[in-house]
Amino acid sequence: MVRKSTNQKAWLLVVPVLLLVAFNAFIPLMTVVNYSLQETFGDNVFFWEGVTWFEAVLRSERFHASLLRQLMFTGMILAIEIPLGIAVALSMPRKGPWVSVCLVLMALPLLIPWNVVGAMWNIFALPDIGLLGYSLNSMGFDYNFTQQPVSAWMTTVLMDVWHWTSLVVLLCYAGVCSIPDAYYQAARIDGASSWAVFRYIQLPKMKRVLTIAILLRFMDSFMIYTEPFVLTGGGPGNTTTFLSIDLVKIALGQFDLGPAAAMSLIYFLIVLLICWVFYTVMMRNEEQ
Amino acid sequence: MNRKWVVPTLYILFLMLPIYGLLSMSFKTTNEILGGFSFFPQQFTLANYIKIFTDPTWYNGYINSLIYVVINTLISVSVALPAAYAFSRYRFLGDKHLFFWLLTNRMAPPAVFALPFFQLYSAIELFDTHLAVALAHCLFNIPLAVWILEGFMSGIPKELDETAYLDGYSFPRFFVRIFIPTIAAGIGVTMFFCFMYSWVELLLAKTLTSVSAKPIAATMTRTASTSGYELGLLAAAGSLTIIPGAFVIYFVRNYIAKGFALGRV
Repeated sequence: MVRKSTNQKAWLLVVPVLLLVAFNAFIPLMTVVNYSLQETFGDNVFFWEGVTWFEAVLRSERFHASLLRQLMFTGMILAIEIPLGIAVALSMPRKGPWVSVCLVLMALPLLIPWNVVGAMWNIFALPDIGLLGYSLNSMGFDYNFTQQPVSAWMTTVLMDVWHWTSLVVLLCYAGVCSIPDAYYQAARIDGASSWAVFRYIQLPKMKRVLTIAILLRFMDSFMIYTEPFVLTGGGPGNTTTFLSIDLVKIALGQFDLGPAAAMSLIYFLIVLLICWVFYTVMMRNEEQ
Repeated sequence: MNRKWVVPTLYILFLMLPIYGLLSMSFKTTNEILGGFSFFPQQFTLANYIKIFTDPTWYNGYINSLIYVVINTLISVSVALPAAYAFSRYRFLGDKHLFFWLLTNRMAPPAVFALPFFQLYSAIELFDTHLAVALAHCLFNIPLAVWILEGFMSGIPKELDETAYLDGYSFPRFFVRIFIPTIAAGIGVTMFFCFMYSWVELLLAKTLTSVSAKPIAATMTRTASTSGYELGLLAAAGSLTIIPGAFVIYFVRNYIAKGFALGRV
């Protein structure tokens, strides 16, 4: 850690960032707050509604259902991606020509536009002509992600695992690579089992990067929109309608600005709250 | 004795399968695609790619996307550099709160901002320009850039700054001549991340453009819904969007792992 000195002039260096982000964050956020407290019938005529919309959203079954689906989805992808990411990172080569090959190939999914990821998986999973769909069906599984909720969920989760596990791999790999060889030699002399090496050497070294991986994966999966929207369109029915998809349906589809704005704020507050907890934990780890 | 390569190999195979599916479909004719499944294209055709490279509505999509991504990367990194320096070197009033507030913008779901952004950028008459998308993407890219750069800068001992000041360097000269070259790798990694997040985002890019700055992603979704079932064309367009990404990764490949460790991301 760098020891910091107090200098109020440092504010000047932060001003450009502050202005740009505030322009993008404050004005739109205030617009949302405005909408959330008023009713409009167009023509810029507004009526004060107070917290009516917030109460309506908090009571609505639809919101509860999308929130539950969102939590289930985020929980599932974290439960798969984190252990899988650790496993792949631990078995990757540490040096040699294969390192570059592995890194480039693994990072590839991260740089594909999200709608292309959705379209690619749509094509991949089409029951009659897609590679995955065709193979599953010819193996005797009854698989059709446009009609069966279970298949749709499986495909969406698998898509996210495909898309983002590499982020966890890359982060953990960096953590593992920062362990000096001497640690392993000491472990070998002590006759440590590979589990002990993992538990007492590798896992502690990965703790910081893992926190970041979990934070990033939580944030991004909680606001996922494009990939499931392109893959399933939120269907069949509403079974894969996550929070963002529902929000866009209400705001831009039905143009119910009041409820949509109230929902936006509640949604944002949930994300903020959970991230604040992560952030506090992370900063505490760093200070140690 | 060493069977460790099995896991990464299987994992990479899993990553490559959908990409292969997309690629092989992009070389098929529509008839063949709808006719049933085949692992290799039977009637190999380049027609889908030729269509994309000759039709301006298609190739302009790529150009538009690249333009706003580059503008965004340049803006994000250049304003994030001094800010990250301030956060990594000094304590000042409200620094911790400000750092967290920046981060909250990275957490804001774009869906929340789609409609207000549309109204805001229409009001300042930037709607349907590359600059609008580039500025909108700053919402999440600047916080990310500050975060990564701050991580990199914190790894550099403060003695470097102090020695330079003793040698008579002014702050701007020290920053440009000594500090920036020292954290070049960090800047590279940051640019990679800004490029990545701006390149892959669709919701805001689609909301803020209609014709003259329409990104390739939006061209794809609109074509998918209007021209019916031209899967081959869609697959070809999708395959082409992978290329810039692959190109960029190749350049930062040696820094990714190192960057991940040094910068906090």
